Amino acid sequence: MNILISTPLRPFAGGQHVLQVEAGTVGEAIRALTGAHPELRKHLFTPEGKLRAFVNLYLNEDDVRYLPDRENTRVSAADSLSIIPSIAGGTGHPGGRALIILQPAGEAEIWN
Amino acid sequence: MSILRLPRFIYDEIRAHGEETYPQECCGALLGHPAAEGWRIVASVRSGNTRTDSAHNRYQIAPVELVHIQRTARRQGAEIAGFYHSHPDHPPQWSPTDFAEAHWLGCSYVITEVAQGKAGRTNSFLLAGTTEEDKHFEDEAIVMDDERIGAPSA
Ligand SMILES: [Zn+2]
Repeated sequence: MNILISTPLRPFAGGQHVLQVEAGTVGEAIRALTGAHPELRKHLFTPEGKLRAFVNLYLNEDDVRYLPDRENTRVSAADSLSIIPSIAGGTGHPGGRALIILQPAGEAEIWN
Repeated sequence: MSILRLPRFIYDEIRAHGEETYPQECCGALLGHPAAEGWRIVASVRSGNTRTDSAHNRYQIAPVELVHIQRTARRQGAEIAGFYHSHPDHPPQWSPTDFAEAHWLGCSYVITEVAQGKAGRTNSFLLAGTTEEDKHFEDEAIVMDDERIGAPSA
């Protein structure tokens, strides 16, 4: 399957935009990727081994966090997995309202 | 200091987007190519602001939209080089929120001020560093059609 590497992660993936790995599940694909490019690990996972909160993994159009089988979801050679850090921000000026702290997904309890 | 090269039509488009969404924040992506001194932008892509609960002071691009934008970029032989958003009635400087939620290392973050509905100053900041721990914003010069329009500190 193809793994699409976003701009900020490319330097840690041998400078490539797309990497091909052989994998049966999403988890195997990520393990194959970090096996080939160990520097990626700390960008994707916390020291405790959880997927970082701001890293989004999309299997085709679907957020892996919300797939029933999460990282154990089966994949085929035709699938593509996108690794995309989140984009958010703002002035953060409350303008008389309580400041809302964005916490979109939380650290998913996956990859042990 | 790095340089963001921005064609005038994209510069105008970013500012027009900010005026259209005022008093809410607009946001979008910048597609381009890496050069020695910084990004050379070739296209911008408008995005919806998913922070409908607090769009006057927050912005967020849906990840699935980023997946689509990334695909579009690759089809054009370019890549996502950065992002832009507006600061309605606030100066075009990055905020603590902008910094905390910036994760695209090596990419440009353009902020355009919209004062009372009219586009004001436009600045760019490079998210420098190699990890979440040492990341920091650096002022970046914007050069438009080879004409320098200033840097945040200028
Ligand atoms: Zn901002």
